[in-house]
Amino acid sequence: MKVLIPTPLQSYTNAREVEATGTTLAELLADLDRLHPGLRFRVIDEQNNMRAHMRFFVNGEQVFDITHPLRPTDSVFLVQALSGG
Amino acid sequence: MPRATTKPTARKPKPAAGAKRASRRSAARVVVLVATRKGAWLFHGDAARRTWRADGPHFLGHIINHVVLDPRDGRTLLAAAKTGHLGPTVFRSTDLGRNWTEAARPPAFARAPEGQKGRTVDHTFWLTPCHANEPNAWYAGTSPQGLFRSDDGGVTWSPFSIINDDSQYRTWMGAQQDGTPDGPKLHSILVDPRDPKHLYFAMSSGGVHESRDGGRTFAPLIQGLEVVDGFERANITFHDPHCVRLCPSNPDRLYQQNHCGIYRLDRPSNEWVRVGKSMPKQIGDIGFPMVLHPRDDDTAWVFPMDGGTVWPRTSLEGKPAAYITRNGGKSWQRLDAGLPKREAWWTVKRQAMTADARDPVGLYFGTTSGELWMSRDEGRRWDLIARHLPEIYAVEAAQIE
Repeated sequence: MKVLIPTPLQSYTNAREVEATGTTLAELLADLDRLHPGLRFRVIDEQNNMRAHMRFFVNGEQVFDITHPLRPTDSVFLVQALSGG
Repeated sequence: MPRATTKPTARKPKPAAGAKRASRRSAARVVVLVATRKGAWLFHGDAARRTWRADGPHFLGHIINHVVLDPRDGRTLLAAAKTGHLGPTVFRSTDLGRNWTEAARPPAFARAPEGQKGRTVDHTFWLTPCHANEPNAWYAGTSPQGLFRSDDGGVTWSPFSIINDDSQYRTWMGAQQDGTPDGPKLHSILVDPRDPKHLYFAMSSGGVHESRDGGRTFAPLIQGLEVVDGFERANITFHDPHCVRLCPSNPDRLYQQNHCGIYRLDRPSNEWVRVGKSMPKQIGDIGFPMVLHPRDDDTAWVFPMDGGTVWPRTSLEGKPAAYITRNGGKSWQRLDAGLPKREAWWTVKRQAMTADARDPVGLYFGTTSGELWMSRDEGRRWDLIARHLPEIYAVEAAQIE
């Protein structure tokens, strides 16, 4: 499925959009980390929680649980939250 | 874009009084490693430490808490990094910053058992190379307080010792509100150069701790240290060592800048002595950095700050100055030649002041307002290296051939 990558993570992917697979968001993130080592820990902490300022959207809807199921036709957006300074 | 100033000082520095001097001519040059809230810079000095070439920014936009050169090989750099949005990591360079690679497994706490709330590393705060006889091994201290070790040059990191999950240590670490405004931190990881198993670390908050068995066990080392009025000294949580240093020339002597004063410890004694009481009364002995002479265990520098009222943490009355002792803390002298005489409300963080190993010793400090200063004569005269940098978190001086 297509995964949209925010600019802070494009140093890992060298692309704004990449392909990865998984039947859940957790599996998708594992596949992304296999393809682009180091990416997952920047967005998911060691307790398997989404980091505070990262957002995950599946088909335009925000999801909050990495066990969220995915279909091959889904599109996933990783988004940096609107916060900073 | 920050600039490196190139303004030679015509005056030759006078020999610093009291320094144990040996004529040293070396091809080694100093590189100053500056970690800031928005990236890292390397400032390469000429042989005389009069002009500085800026190399940076590295990791522009990353929050860099510490950049350290491995003194065992003179070329490996580690940088502790995160951004405001992305999780923490460690970058590694083996060519003095020309190329960087990311740690394959950055410091991270153990996964909590099902149903329990585990801790997460917010950022790596402190990096220390392990003993000279342990090449490629490093320690890292994190926020919240955690101790980690890498045995492969910073590529993979694992929790080190029992303290990260020990119930007693977790109690001493306190909660988020017991730490600094930037989060509670484990810092000042010290290795006895005579014995790789003899270690110290400090926590803000959580006191100073010592291990003599390579980190298998640690014990508090807080005797003689004061805590804020009204609190119980015996409670480790209330102890806030800002910066602890071990004398390179005498590993049995340590100094620390604490939340409650400046202290010295001469082993085998376990009792810290508040040598900051001999600071001028109007200045006091509150601050963050603690800097030691590389060859003289009686000489140390501090950078006092305003710890009154709501703790402004700025130069007292807007008049910045370092203070030096050359007699182990019996007396202190003000060092402010070249610094602004007034209206300079600086903060110098605990990692943001350091010394090189040259003779006379060079001193370096960075301010949270983005100025990098140095003295090539042990503090007698200060010169500006760079300004307009982001908020400076850490300054290290390393020697490269």
